[in-house]
Amino acid sequence: MSTLLEMRNITKEFPGVKALDQVNLSVAEGEIHAICGENGAGKSTLMKVLSGVYPAGTYDGEIHYEGALAEFKSIRDSEDRGIIIIHQELALVPDLSIAENIFLGNETAHKGVINWHEANQRTEKLLAKVGLSEAPTTRIDSLGVGKQQLVEIAKALSKDVKLLILDEPTAALQENDSKKLLELMLELKSQGVTSIIISHKLNEVGYVSDTVTVIRDGMSVSTLDAKDGISEDTIVRDMVGRDMSDRYPAREHRAGEMLMEVEGWNVWHPEHADRQVIKDISFNVRAGEVVGIAGVMGSGRTELAMSIFGRSYGRKISGKVKLHGTAADVSRVDRAIEAGLAYVTEDRKSLGLILEESIQFNTTLAHLEGVSKAGVLNANAETEVAEHFRKALKTRTPSVFQQVGNLSGGNQQKVVLAKWLNTSPEVLILDEPTRGIDVGAKYEIYAIINELSEQGKGVVMISSEMPELLGMCDRIYVMNEGAFVGELAAKDASQERIMSLIVTE
Amino acid sequence: MEKTTPSIKSHLKAHMRDFGLLFALIAIMAFFQIATGGILLRPVNITNLLLQNSYIIIMALGMLIVIVAGHIDLSVGSVMGFIGALAAVMIVSAGLPVPLVILVCLIAGGIIGGAQGYFVAFWRIPPFIVTLAGMLVFRGLSLWLLEGQSIGPFPKEFQVLSTGFVPDVFPAAWGAALAELVGARKFNVLCFVLGLIAAISVVLMGLKKRSRDAEYGIVSEPMSLFWARNLIVAGALVFLMFKLATFRGVPNVLVTMAILIGIYAFITERTVIGRRVYALGGNEKAAKLSGIKTERLNFMAFVNMGVLAALAGLIFAARLNSATPKAGFALELDVIAAVFIGGASMSGGSGKIIGAVVGAFIMGVMNNGMSILGIGIDYQQVIKGLVLLAAVFFDVYNKQKQG
Repeated sequence: MSTLLEMRNITKEFPGVKALDQVNLSVAEGEIHAICGENGAGKSTLMKVLSGVYPAGTYDGEIHYEGALAEFKSIRDSEDRGIIIIHQELALVPDLSIAENIFLGNETAHKGVINWHEANQRTEKLLAKVGLSEAPTTRIDSLGVGKQQLVEIAKALSKDVKLLILDEPTAALQENDSKKLLELMLELKSQGVTSIIISHKLNEVGYVSDTVTVIRDGMSVSTLDAKDGISEDTIVRDMVGRDMSDRYPAREHRAGEMLMEVEGWNVWHPEHADRQVIKDISFNVRAGEVVGIAGVMGSGRTELAMSIFGRSYGRKISGKVKLHGTAADVSRVDRAIEAGLAYVTEDRKSLGLILEESIQFNTTLAHLEGVSKAGVLNANAETEVAEHFRKALKTRTPSVFQQVGNLSGGNQQKVVLAKWLNTSPEVLILDEPTRGIDVGAKYEIYAIINELSEQGKGVVMISSEMPELLGMCDRIYVMNEGAFVGELAAKDASQERIMSLIVTE
Repeated sequence: MEKTTPSIKSHLKAHMRDFGLLFALIAIMAFFQIATGGILLRPVNITNLLLQNSYIIIMALGMLIVIVAGHIDLSVGSVMGFIGALAAVMIVSAGLPVPLVILVCLIAGGIIGGAQGYFVAFWRIPPFIVTLAGMLVFRGLSLWLLEGQSIGPFPKEFQVLSTGFVPDVFPAAWGAALAELVGARKFNVLCFVLGLIAAISVVLMGLKKRSRDAEYGIVSEPMSLFWARNLIVAGALVFLMFKLATFRGVPNVLVTMAILIGIYAFITERTVIGRRVYALGGNEKAAKLSGIKTERLNFMAFVNMGVLAALAGLIFAARLNSATPKAGFALELDVIAAVFIGGASMSGGSGKIIGAVVGAFIMGVMNNGMSILGIGIDYQQVIKGLVLLAAVFFDVYNKQKQG
């Protein structure tokens, strides 16, 4: 088999971060090549380099495609050469029909007038190829996610695809839909289409792929051949194999009285009424405890947290939340705050902060009662509160009147934390508290978490970074596809054990 | 913390918007004062200016809150006309007592605002559509109420809402003496005293804020600029009230307006509910996750707008002394323009009451000045449109240069 694609020594730097460091990838013609790695390892960046999202010249290294040096300036460039990428978030227009979507930007038109007859006919053929029995005129929003995925593939086929890249194609799919998709990949392979699949699910990887490349911390670690038989353990070891040094401040493990218990929590998707996002989850947090929730993106961690916090996500929510052993009313955000809960969002820019307002404005926002009398704000009290947290959390800013939009990620995160600490919560749910902030600021956030635990607060920490969970938590719940698949005490937990809990299912 | 007072130039640059607005108003007034040969600032014309613009300013207060919350209300002109018609039918045709009618009309305004707010807040229908519908509905309903005719005149006790003046409480001899002193025919002492009080409180409040800022190490504006700004504002207040004193004194409408401006400035800047409106407009999702009841707040913004539109409708009808099917036609555009000229952002989350008031005066002075000059309605509209575009362009340009 000849080599279709070779990426040599690809290095891509962002300000302050080396996302890819001398990555090599070699894909043979007609194979299914899997790329595995943790969140943030650099898989998506590598695919963006390949597809021209980051144009030639913005990275170092060479891409050889079909035996010649390729310099893609845009997605259009790479698509013209038959490289089609299907992203995790589908890029279909929900209000248009299947045929309209498939030929979007590539219309079957003559002098600007679309030949619908031809479009629909060709769509029918494409749909037959991917095994989807829907009329070409069906609107996208009437299809489930699995079928939409198939439409995306049909769209790729309409463009004479040579190299099909699927980024986490089964992350949002039900089991039988996943199965169908994998079968289709094998079918396409027999027709001569080369594919790259990015996936966390090692059982699926083992099922379809001929070769596996593992990427870790922006470097290609190993390339494994399926002919030798790939053991999942080998992949897991390569994925997580990095040493965990003293990146986490020491903390005494202590667990006091029971603070919060969640029992039988069920949540359905807000739009797709038939999709259950959270499946019968129960967990608890004791005073002074830091409890982790591990799981890949899309496993439902944020949905769990937000549905508990004032039903901010989902529909048909059922289950019980108890605080100090008695049932707590968390049915609205203000009631959840009143009950002693706080939720620090993973998406601080769009859900956590009001960017054009000041640090002071944001700090007092969730607890204005504390700085007002009879509904009238006391500006001095506000400034004092904001100053207090600025000092306590070591927020680096000229003054608390600074716009938060001008702060760095780490300092913005501290303002969000300040907002919630100001509500004097008993249980804090921290969702990806260190995402997108530099190492120094991370350490400071960890120190704050430890301090909260010392004060006897309960902390629930959601993170995609397993070393962080292992370094910080007393207990770790492992979550996958909306359910808890395991619970580990810190001393028994390891990245391998967590990963194998996630991937064996 | 290091405390440095920036140079005058850099401070002016950083606060271009606030100063720009003030200078624009002064420049426009100066221009028309000269162009009209001094007619603009004659006492009788100042009184007219206030009466003509009172209802726009009152509605601009509510519109500012609606716009800060991230919405728009196109229906206020029609609602205002409808309430005027309602008042006319109840007072002139049915002979109901005036105080009762005023109360009923204000409540009706609240219900109208609430009905529109209900669809915006709880069903998330874009306010542009809901209030466009409201605009048509209430325009139609006022035509129906009035059966296409004008209804009037109103009894005296209703007219005073707009055309009445506050009687002088000081002895008549004082007034006579002062009138002789300044060479006017008469002099309303109360009016002038109120002007002095207003001017002094502006300066005192400015000083208080300044000392508080200094305490917390906020970089204040340069001392010279502070005094220049405050003396201009205070001087303008004294000057205007002096002019009014030599005519008929303080119009009732001015009192209503001043009190409302004070209340709304206080609500937006100093209260929990005001703060929450800014948070809601700045980032609705973040506000909601901070425990703010965003739906209720959106609803209340429209109820409030409805009540103020009703009040404006009553004042307008009282001023015209009749309710006409055309009342309030296209007025929503003047109100919305005033708020945007005053520096509010279309995307919500920013804007000040005082800005909206100054914006309304800029539009008002231009309307009045151009009418005195006999400029046709055709050119007037063109010029007003260009001023609105220029003001917003100035905003965007400034932001891009800074950002």
